[in-house]
Amino acid sequence: MTSPPPALELDGIRKEYYGNVVLQGVDLTLAKGEIHALLGENGAGKSTLMNILFGMPVIAETGGFDGEVRLAGAPVAFGSPEEAMAGGIGMVHQEFMLIPGFTVAENIKLNREPLRPTKVFKPFGNALRRLDEGVMHADARASLDRIHLDLSSHVLISALPVGHMQFIEIAREVDKSAIKVLVFDEPTAVLTEGEAETLLGIMRELAEQGIAILFITHRLEEVMRVADSVTILRDGQRVWSGPKQETSVEHIAETMVGRDLESDEVPVLAARDEKPQTTILEVRDLAVAMPGESVRGLDLDIRRGEIFGLGGLAGQGKIGVANGLMGLYPTTGSVKVNGAELRLNQPRESLNAGMSFVSEDRRGVGLILDESIEMNIAIPAVEVKSKFLRGPRSGWLKSFGWFDGTAARRHAESMIERLDIRTMGPSQAVGRLSGGNQQKVCLARAMVLDPDILLVSEPTRGIDVGAKKLVLDLLVELNREHGLTVIMTSSELMELRSVCDRIAIVTEGKVAGILPPDAPDVKFGLLMSGEAV
Amino acid sequence: MNRLVAFLAANVVPIMFLGISAAGIIMADLTLSSVSSDVSERVFRNLFLVLSLIIPIVAGLGLNFGIVLGAMAGQIGLILIQNGKIGGLEGLFVATAGSIPLAILFGYLTGLLFNRTRGREMITGIILGFFANGIYQFVFLILAGPVIPLHAEDVLLTKRNLDGTVSPLMGLRVTMNLTMIEAALDYPLEHFAPDGWIRKMSASMFGDRFAGSIPIRFGGVKWATIPILTLLTNVALCFGLTWFLRTKLGQDLRAVGQDSHVAEVSGIRVDRCRIIAIIMSMVLAAMGQIIFLQNMAVMNTYQSHEQVGFYAIAALLVGGATVSRASIWNAIFGTILFHLLIVVVSTAGSRLESPQIGEYLREFFAYAVIGVTLALHAWRSKRG
Repeated sequence: MTSPPPALELDGIRKEYYGNVVLQGVDLTLAKGEIHALLGENGAGKSTLMNILFGMPVIAETGGFDGEVRLAGAPVAFGSPEEAMAGGIGMVHQEFMLIPGFTVAENIKLNREPLRPTKVFKPFGNALRRLDEGVMHADARASLDRIHLDLSSHVLISALPVGHMQFIEIAREVDKSAIKVLVFDEPTAVLTEGEAETLLGIMRELAEQGIAILFITHRLEEVMRVADSVTILRDGQRVWSGPKQETSVEHIAETMVGRDLESDEVPVLAARDEKPQTTILEVRDLAVAMPGESVRGLDLDIRRGEIFGLGGLAGQGKIGVANGLMGLYPTTGSVKVNGAELRLNQPRESLNAGMSFVSEDRRGVGLILDESIEMNIAIPAVEVKSKFLRGPRSGWLKSFGWFDGTAARRHAESMIERLDIRTMGPSQAVGRLSGGNQQKVCLARAMVLDPDILLVSEPTRGIDVGAKKLVLDLLVELNREHGLTVIMTSSELMELRSVCDRIAIVTEGKVAGILPPDAPDVKFGLLMSGEAV
Repeated sequence: MNRLVAFLAANVVPIMFLGISAAGIIMADLTLSSVSSDVSERVFRNLFLVLSLIIPIVAGLGLNFGIVLGAMAGQIGLILIQNGKIGGLEGLFVATAGSIPLAILFGYLTGLLFNRTRGREMITGIILGFFANGIYQFVFLILAGPVIPLHAEDVLLTKRNLDGTVSPLMGLRVTMNLTMIEAALDYPLEHFAPDGWIRKMSASMFGDRFAGSIPIRFGGVKWATIPILTLLTNVALCFGLTWFLRTKLGQDLRAVGQDSHVAEVSGIRVDRCRIIAIIMSMVLAAMGQIIFLQNMAVMNTYQSHEQVGFYAIAALLVGGATVSRASIWNAIFGTILFHLLIVVVSTAGSRLESPQIGEYLREFFAYAVIGVTLALHAWRSKRG
């Protein structure tokens, strides 16, 4: 007797983007009725794997992939998400794909509406057939019942609490009759504890009905509760796979974060002679409404003269902290700089308080791409500090000072030399510089304000290895020689661990914990998963 | 109490309009019956144009200022029948049939343009209207005659020769008297031969004086005239729109209008839906302009279409519609209220001062409505 083939098999999936290998032969087997957790840090390859599974156009556009996807034993090659859905694969999105002004039933049946027969309008195909509302609501009812959701199908989505929307998404996937494999992508991220509980119950229920579930999450505790088996990806490789019983939260956390020996030899900075002690920045109950990176009640104390790291998974809010402190997104809470209360939501106030920001959005927020290097460096100083101006420096005539081009050029030249900016000269437009050199201009732009606190977000994103080292060295130099306090936000944990005195991991908009750079991998992994250490 | 406040806040525009109209009627001491019969005539000739705006709003394209192009298509249809000397209901039918392919073409091109200027459809539509007007003038001032084979003397501009004869030149007349289709929808029977069987049959059923419209009398004065066919056309469109929005295509358009990203992800072809919405709006606008002009019976060849977009949009907005939400009832109430105000301010203005003041007030109020409602909409959506 042979057992039936697994619901889904991924066999030796390999994918590279422009020579950059992101998946190196990943295998994954998903049995009927199994809940399989897929875990990994950002960039581990989870999204690419899902894109391949769903036949997203981006895969074909970048040269396709190697390996085989088999559904119930039969090889498939989906050319579009629609084909994947028709093949029986469904996805519960992290962000809701629901139309607020439509009823529950209209959303569940979106673009799959049951139609009434027509004779008159036959030549128009389905376009002019009326919706069969009776069947629509009956089907929706059945799907809602299947996940035990006691809710009228006539309610508008906009009238529902956020938590319910996730369930409507699930009902929609369940309603697709041929559904065999259902992917849950961080489904509990926006749910309250009680709702998350219900969701996990629904997942179990669906699994018992024979649907195979692929569960992508960062909450390890949920994995241990509902998953049958676990696959961990790291740097595009499957580093561990097996039944849940053979692993533990600690083991998963360590495996997710752990590095090979060679990359483990990160130069952790020698301890300082004197540890920074006095508090320069006190943050209490900070909430920042930055889309996709919202901060929800975060507390922090930054000490004078330290390099403080903010890490964590994408979307957990680490990026929002610096943007909130600089007043770039609507912010509430209390922030004290040197003991003085900072007026929030006023970028000018933040600058005046001695904070300076190198944005993660280099090309959008950080630089004026069509302007010259010297102007890019000089503009904030002219604006905030009245530097590089001739004429009246104070009084009501201050605004009529004129720009001192010579001084600005001299300053730009000195910065170009000091930061080793590779350029044809200070009058070159920054848009023409390479990423690494643009980042250096950003730093020069921040430094010209003589800040007490320098906030740097993703300083090494999109720049090559050599430039990375230069930027990081520069941060350390500014910190050690000029006593500058640096708050560095980065998705690359290794980078934080190489320069920071302390590292806070931000999870779900709050500080999950603060660790020294030499803390073991497992602790970082646990904090990223929202577990206590 | 709270509900009352909410109701007033939600309907601030219509209420404001009723207030101003009432004040105007009292101040200028206007006769209610004459106001009402003026308003009813205007409502019947304008409603169709206003209704043509609904589908693009539902599909998320906002107020379709581009219906100017639809109106042009309608006028081109009328020019054709004027040139070919086809009158009556038959003429209206031919004009409509001739304008629909043009409206579809204009709608398709406009749709392509709007898909490339997503989020800025309204300003694009306004400018497109101005631009299209330039092309329209070029075609009918320069090409009509020499290139486009139009020949009728009452269509083309003419030159009086030395020997007293008149010969056609190039370019269309600035105004055309559409006598052959004058009120052909409102009073269709007048366009049939007096001794024909249709007239005889109608005379035997409704009496000699019935020509297709029913005057509503009350206390010895006429309050309104109901043109049966025009009314039926509008009613049919209302039912047609309601029906359409519950079809598969209508549901797709609604989904696109609510959230085009979600619609796209669900496999709805968003760009195609948007083009279809604009095409439908253009076709309806062409028909609307024909209905409007058969009632006016005079066409300002180079101007009749110009203000169509602004006036229809003002009317819809007065009815409580917004850039993102509009219903048939908004269109009906809006058309009534807007024309009530227009009739009141222009007659009141001319009675109090001079006809120019009336004309001024009319324009002023139409633009004020658009400005105020757009501002209100922005203010409301900002508040969430």
